[in-house]
Order: sequence, then structure tokens, then C-alpha cells
Amino acid sequence: MNLPQKPAMKKVINESGIEVKPLYTAQDVEASGGMEMVGEPGQFPFTRGIHREMYRKQPWTMRQYAGFGNPAETNKRFKYLIANGQTGLNVAFDLPTQIGLDSDDPLAEGEIGRVGMSIDTLRDFEIAFDGIDLKKITVSLTINGAAAILIAMYLAMAEKRGYDIKELRGTAQNDILKEFIGRGTWIFPVEPSIRLVGDTIEYCATHAPKYTPVSVCGYHIRESGATPAQEIAYAFCIAKAYADDAIKRGLSVDEFAGRLSYNFNIFGNIFEQVCKFRAGRGLWAKIMKEQYGAEKPGSMWLRMIAAGGGGGLTFEQPEVNIVRGAYYALISALSGTQTMALCSYDEAYTIPTEYSARISLRTMQLLVEEMGLTETVDPLAGSFYVETMTNEMRKKMEEIMAEVDAQGGIVKMVAEGSIQSKVSAQAYGMLRKIESGEFPKVGVNCYRNEQEDDHPVEFHAYNEQDAQVQIDALNRIRAERDNAAVDAALSRLRADAAACRNVMPALVEAVKAYASVGEMTKELVNVFGRYQEPIRF
Amino acid sequence: MTASQRPIKVVLGKPGLDGHDQGAKVVVRAMMDAGFEVIYTGLRQTPQQIARIALEEDVDVIALSSMAGSHLPFCRRLKPLLEADGLDDKLWVIGGNLPAQDHQALRELGFKGIFPSGSKLDDICDYIKKEVK
Repeated sequence: MNLPQKPAMKKVINESGIEVKPLYTAQDVEASGGMEMVGEPGQFPFTRGIHREMYRKQPWTMRQYAGFGNPAETNKRFKYLIANGQTGLNVAFDLPTQIGLDSDDPLAEGEIGRVGMSIDTLRDFEIAFDGIDLKKITVSLTINGAAAILIAMYLAMAEKRGYDIKELRGTAQNDILKEFIGRGTWIFPVEPSIRLVGDTIEYCATHAPKYTPVSVCGYHIRESGATPAQEIAYAFCIAKAYADDAIKRGLSVDEFAGRLSYNFNIFGNIFEQVCKFRAGRGLWAKIMKEQYGAEKPGSMWLRMIAAGGGGGLTFEQPEVNIVRGAYYALISALSGTQTMALCSYDEAYTIPTEYSARISLRTMQLLVEEMGLTETVDPLAGSFYVETMTNEMRKKMEEIMAEVDAQGGIVKMVAEGSIQSKVSAQAYGMLRKIESGEFPKVGVNCYRNEQEDDHPVEFHAYNEQDAQVQIDALNRIRAERDNAAVDAALSRLRADAAACRNVMPALVEAVKAYASVGEMTKELVNVFGRYQEPIRF
Repeated sequence: MTASQRPIKVVLGKPGLDGHDQGAKVVVRAMMDAGFEVIYTGLRQTPQQIARIALEEDVDVIALSSMAGSHLPFCRRLKPLLEADGLDDKLWVIGGNLPAQDHQALRELGFKGIFPSGSKLDDICDYIKKEVK
């Protein structure tokens, strides 16, 4: 049995680069800035939570990421999760859908329905959400490069089902800037990509005011190698880029800021993470109030999903990930999140089975039903350690944001690839630390099993027939639909994109005519071009 | 050609549509630190693109990083292209999310070095040094 390296009273520096002391007292809180930013829950600066009563009133939404194969199969998984007490959906799309390719595109070969469900036309959305009450179950679409198209499709599907779009809630991830840093489902170059995000914000502000068109993701930047403080700071820089675009269009901050949301990661040191969220909430409120002149409290709220934790789970001893997931869920609950989801223990290997997805769901339900996590708001407040670290994390985030500004801003850094290079160098440094044992990881560099058991992981069976089923369905739609209406809508889309008009009305018209994701994307590529990835090390 | 005459030259490709490049970029850095000359292709490479770069750059090693499960269909398409270009004497390696049940099929497709998630960076580099002579 190999044990972790343990020198006596080693200096402890957390991942964000802040020294952690063995003892905190009231003097540390004072020296770090005092209790000025703590305040009361539901009041500026919202460090303690965006609502006064938090989970007493309503526990966090449980929203496991799910989707695979064709829409009918995914619909079954959705219903399974809902039947087991899940309160929201978080939709996984396959890679062709995510980057705007139809199922019959040669580049889609071998990828259809593999990491998410395949969507070509509105018909697929009708099947995927059939029988699901979209008022009771809010739907989050994990879609970025093709987000404008899929948002249009979701709104069209809901409208067809008789829902009032003005009242419709739901979220699209639609954070393209982070796709250039990590995750990689970009399509168009940086500038038109930001413009498309702006189109969705502008369109939803008027037509679907309760819909959340953007969920800015620190999550994937963290997965790509960012520290927890960088995760928040970079996400805020990105959110400001979208906000600046919206304001340039003539929207007032209070018209759209209340519908921005965030997606953050939950793996790592418990206290560093919880303080990260408390610090982030105060900082975002301050930014919106002081830099953007927001007046509505909702515009200052850091609404978030604190979820996942994939980067902390291990390939080795996967069953131990169940326990890690439980601690990550605890972090999420203590952070005052609005929504929670957990990576399942087998997710380093495969698409989760019903069994493993249910364990994740039960983990969250345990916190609500048995562990008292919903009873009292922000229970860690007032701890000398937590308040000091919250102050220090906030300062660190401000420093990182200032560094980004000094280097020309996040948009420039993403376009030239410098931020990608920075986080990738950090990911390399971290993996070297894990390999050397300097950064302990149970089951990986310490407490390894003498003999690795056969992993108790059941692989998701990829159905090779799914691709043909999906292609046949697409061909049927192309034969049945009114192709003149499709052509007219696509021409309008091309014209609007070329004239720098908001493309959302044309996209809504096109999806309603059953134009395909690939057809709409092609029109936009013809106008905007394609992103060329900067390779920098 | 030996390592003393020129550094080992590797093309590291991201096959297919998968955008998870954290691991690929980490391996590129490890290979650079090991003294290899590395050409990283960036995302979304077709089999044709990877074969062309391998041929034009006269590499010793063709390496792929796959996280999203499409490794077998991709390698089935890549193999004949590499063979047609006379690259079957080069070292073909693949890493990423590669279930054990697929390793035999990957070996049969010509991938001699298979490095599933959890492989050590130095093991990957040492293996390549040993195999490229």
C-alpha cells in the first residue's frame, strides 16, 4: 500500500494560489477586509445567497445531464429520470448536432447519437419532449455552436405544444467563448459567434423574457486546467463580453441581466469551492451594480448550476467516485446553488447507465431529505476561515480579471489562443503533480489497489443502427415538408445574417418549416465563415 | 533514422468531432519535454487530413487522442489511407477513453501502442522512444 507524501507542517497553498493557515481567528477576518461584503441573504451583495429563504422555500433543481441515441430513446431516459424524482432536464446532444451537421453529413459518420441525442429537425424535438410537462420540468439545452438554432427549435416546439412563450422557462448553455477555451464545439469565428449570442439575448428579452438564453460556463475552463479562482474570473470576463454586446444593441442592463446564468464546477477542496461561490456571488453583484449600473436585484444575482465535478473523478477505482460525488454534492449545496447535477461514477468510462444516474440523483435527494442541507441558508457564514477565504478568493478573482483586461480582454485572448495556452500549461503542470504524488489523488497516486479489480462499470451499448434510423427520419422529413417554405426561410436567414440583422426571427421561421440543423448552419457559415483554431503551446 | 540524428517526430491528431482536447494538449507538452518534435493538428481532423499531415511531415509516429467513443469507426477509415501512403512502417499509437474491450480491435487495426485514460505521461514517451528506432 503506497501512502501519500506527508512532510510535517508543510505550507499549504490552495489551487487558487492562496495560503491556507492552520488556524483562523477574528483578526484574520478583519485583516482580509472584514464582514463588509457578507450582508444578508437576498440582499446586496448577495454573498450569502440570492434569496432570503433559499432552500426552505424550494430545494435546488436536480438536473442530471442526459441524452443519447435518437430522440425516442432519450425521451425514455428523460421519463425514467423524472419518474425517479428529477426536477429538471439537462439535454446532451451528439457532436454532429452540436457543431451543426446533419446526420447524413459524411463528417457525422460514426458519431451519430454517440455522446448525446441526435437532432436534425423540429420533429426530433417533438419526439424528445413528448409527454413532458415543460411548465413543471424546466429544460436546459447543453448546446453552444448551434445554440441559436436549437433555442429557436425549442421555442417553436413549445409554442406548437400550446405553451405561452412569454411564460416559458428554460436555459440554453450558449456560451461560445468558453467553447474556444475548452469543449470545442465552435463553428463560426469569434466575432460572429459573439454576435449570435447577442441575437439570442436580444430576441429572448422581448419574445421569451423568462427564458435564460445564456449560461456562462466557468465549468469547462476549470476542466481545461483553470484554477477555481480563474474559473470564476474568466467566466465573469466572458459574461461581460456578452453584456457589452447586448448594451451596444441598445438594451438596458436590467432588460437582460436577470436572465443570465452561470455553470460552475464543484470538484476540489471543499472550503475553497464553497468560498469560491460565496466570493463570486458578491463580486458579480458588485460588477453589475457598479460597472453596469444595474438597479433590479435580479440583474445582480449570480444564478447558477454548481455541478458535475468530472475533472475530480477518477478512472481508477471508479466506485470511489460515488463517494467523491457525494462530497461534491455537499459542496454544491453549501454553495447556495440554484441547480445541481452530478457526474456519475462511471462517467470517466461511458454514458451513465440508468443505475448510475439514479445513484447520482439519490445522492442529491439524500442531502435534501436526510442531511438538513435545506434547512438553513448559508450555514458556513460567520466562520473565521470561511469569511477570510471568501474575502481572499474575491480579491484573487479581481486580480485575475484585471490581468485579463491588461492583456487586451478575454475576446482578444481567446482569439489569439493565449488563454487556451495558459490553462493547458496549467493542466499539464497539475497532471505532473498528480503523477509525482505531490498532489494527492486517492486510488491514483496513493492507496492504489494492489491488484486492480475488474471495474464495476457497464458500458453503454452504442447502437450502430441508430445512425440509419436517424438518417431515414431526416430523409422522410425532407420529402414531406414544404420545401418552398424551407427555401424562403433559408434565404431570409442568409439575408439577415449578411445584413447584420438579428437572425432569430429567420431561424424560428426556418425551424417551423422543418429546415434541418445542417441546412441552417450552412447558410450561416456561408456568411460568417468558419473558426480557425489557433494552435499555441 | 535514430533519435541521435533527429528528434522523434510525431503527429498528434484529434480525430472526428470530439472537442475534448485537454488530454491531447497535455500529451503534446509531455512529448515536447521529452524532446520530440510534435505537430498537433487541432480539433476535428478527418482520416484524410491526418494521413496527409503524416505523409507530408514525414513523421515517425502517428498518434490519436479520442475521448468521445468514435475511435473504432475512425481507425477503420484511417488504416487503409495510411497503408496507401506507405505509412504502415510508422508507429501508430492511440490514447484516451478506450474501453479494454476495444483494445484487441485497435491492435488489429494497426495501433501498436494503446494508452487508455490513466496512462502515465512518461510511460507514453518511453514507449515511443523504445519503439522508434
